[in-house]
Amino acid sequence: MSIVSSPYVTPSASTNRLMLNVIIALIPGSIAYIWFFGVGLIVNLVFSIGFALLFEAIVLKLRKRPLKPYLGDYSAVVTAWLFALCIPQHSPWWLIAVGIGFAIIAGKHLYGGLGFNPFNPAMVGYVVVLISFPQEMTRWFLPLQVSGEGLNLIDAFRYALGWVDISQWDALTSATPLDQYRSGLGQNLMISEIRQSPVFGDFAGVGWEWIANLWFVGGLYLLATRTISWHIPFAVIGGMLLMSFIFYIADPDAVASPGFHLFSGGLMLGAFFIATDPVTASTTPRGRFVYGLLIGVLIYVIRSWGGFPDGVAFAVILANMCVPLIDYYTQPRVFGVDPPDEH
Amino acid sequence: MSSQSAEITRQGLWNNNVALVQLLGLCPLLAVTSTTINGIGLGLATLITLVLSNTVVSMIRNVVRNEVRLPVFVLIIASIVTIIELLMQAWFYQLYLVLGIFIPLIVTNCSIIARAEGFASRNPIGASALDGFMMGLGFLLVLTVLGAMREVIGAGTVLAHAELLFGEAASALKITLFDDYRGFLIAVLPPGAFFGLALLIVGKNLIEQRLLVEPSPEPLQAQPSA
Repeated sequence: MSIVSSPYVTPSASTNRLMLNVIIALIPGSIAYIWFFGVGLIVNLVFSIGFALLFEAIVLKLRKRPLKPYLGDYSAVVTAWLFALCIPQHSPWWLIAVGIGFAIIAGKHLYGGLGFNPFNPAMVGYVVVLISFPQEMTRWFLPLQVSGEGLNLIDAFRYALGWVDISQWDALTSATPLDQYRSGLGQNLMISEIRQSPVFGDFAGVGWEWIANLWFVGGLYLLATRTISWHIPFAVIGGMLLMSFIFYIADPDAVASPGFHLFSGGLMLGAFFIATDPVTASTTPRGRFVYGLLIGVLIYVIRSWGGFPDGVAFAVILANMCVPLIDYYTQPRVFGVDPPDEH
Repeated sequence: MSSQSAEITRQGLWNNNVALVQLLGLCPLLAVTSTTINGIGLGLATLITLVLSNTVVSMIRNVVRNEVRLPVFVLIIASIVTIIELLMQAWFYQLYLVLGIFIPLIVTNCSIIARAEGFASRNPIGASALDGFMMGLGFLLVLTVLGAMREVIGAGTVLAHAELLFGEAASALKITLFDDYRGFLIAVLPPGAFFGLALLIVGKNLIEQRLLVEPSPEPLQAQPSA
């Protein structure tokens, strides 16, 4: 008979279970994404996950690590899935290979593998392709409900493999709602004029707002299963609302509304799925609050005054850089010990 | 003398390479190596500066009082760089425009004052000139390789715009490795310089570990465990 000492609470969260929860939470939003934007996401997912597992296996082999426990913990799948959701609906295979390659090899394994990477790997890969291939990264497709047609699965695969002339689908592409806001405001248009475009729905873009809603639902599942704590998503959304509210009150004709900002681009996905990455986020409760707030404010700053229409990836990477500092200054006080002297 | 020359050569090109081991002069190194020709251009300018400044500093090493040596070194280096800048303006005007601020900034390249203080101020003229040449050559080689790496990955060419440095006839030197290459922008942008330099340092360390490793002495007998 073995003697078991306290505590008697068994930990329920293995890396495996944690990552599986994230994947489950991603499914409703992904289904909505396919409903609104067609089957391109399926092709993106196939290539992303395939390349992620391939690169992971190669690097593990080079580092002489066992394949099975690391490939089976789904962390590479989560990275690949998030990457696939960030890039345009139809993307060429080589773009996915470059992005996933940077994510897995440079973003994760060069730093020592899962648990040692300071930056969110999916965002590292996304930023690399975003600044390297501006032409491919701005070919966004209209929602099926606006354009009326989309690619079927076979065409989507041929598109990704580059076997067809992709310019035949140029009529289906358009700037994203955030991009339209950006260029419209650049031409001194008023918000009410910009919103004449058919890509806008009630709050934000047609389709995008529903997908954002379902990221929120997935995020509630993550909160309910205690996969993530509430501090980070709350602070990200709070930071964004704070900034957008202040500037919206000042000039509602020339600044997008808080509702638009909240349901546009990658904010919801970022708040619940990307910023909450347990490896790269802050680890103390107060630190998580500061970290989330920083991300929310930075997203607004980059969207409004930066060079790119959306800023979730840059905001997350910048906040990742600050995590060691944030953690250092937000250590909780040990019970029964005097606070350290302030010199 | 010859063994000393060999030692100076080895130090400059490999063991104590300015860019890969001392990690000095990184600002121009990272900033201008977006193409091979830019790298060679700045490398040559730095090489000439190093040779001249080492020679002059070595000449005056017994004349200048110890207390004022650093200001004097800086004046010498600044004069030499100004001369080189004016010469480039006269003969390589296009390249001068491309390299821009990084030509006058050679004055602040730490490796030059480091060689003046660390070597030329306490060695005879011949050895100092050779040291300047070898250190500069090591720097030039790294700039060239890094520039070539970034140009190949970023734009798919080597030696583009060679006419800036070698005259009109040299524009034929340009080699296009891939037709219809889409370009990989990050290699040309500043992050590519950091990635590239890091990979070069990794490469140097790998070569030292794998190829240049000296046969290790016989392992000591294991102590009997108590």
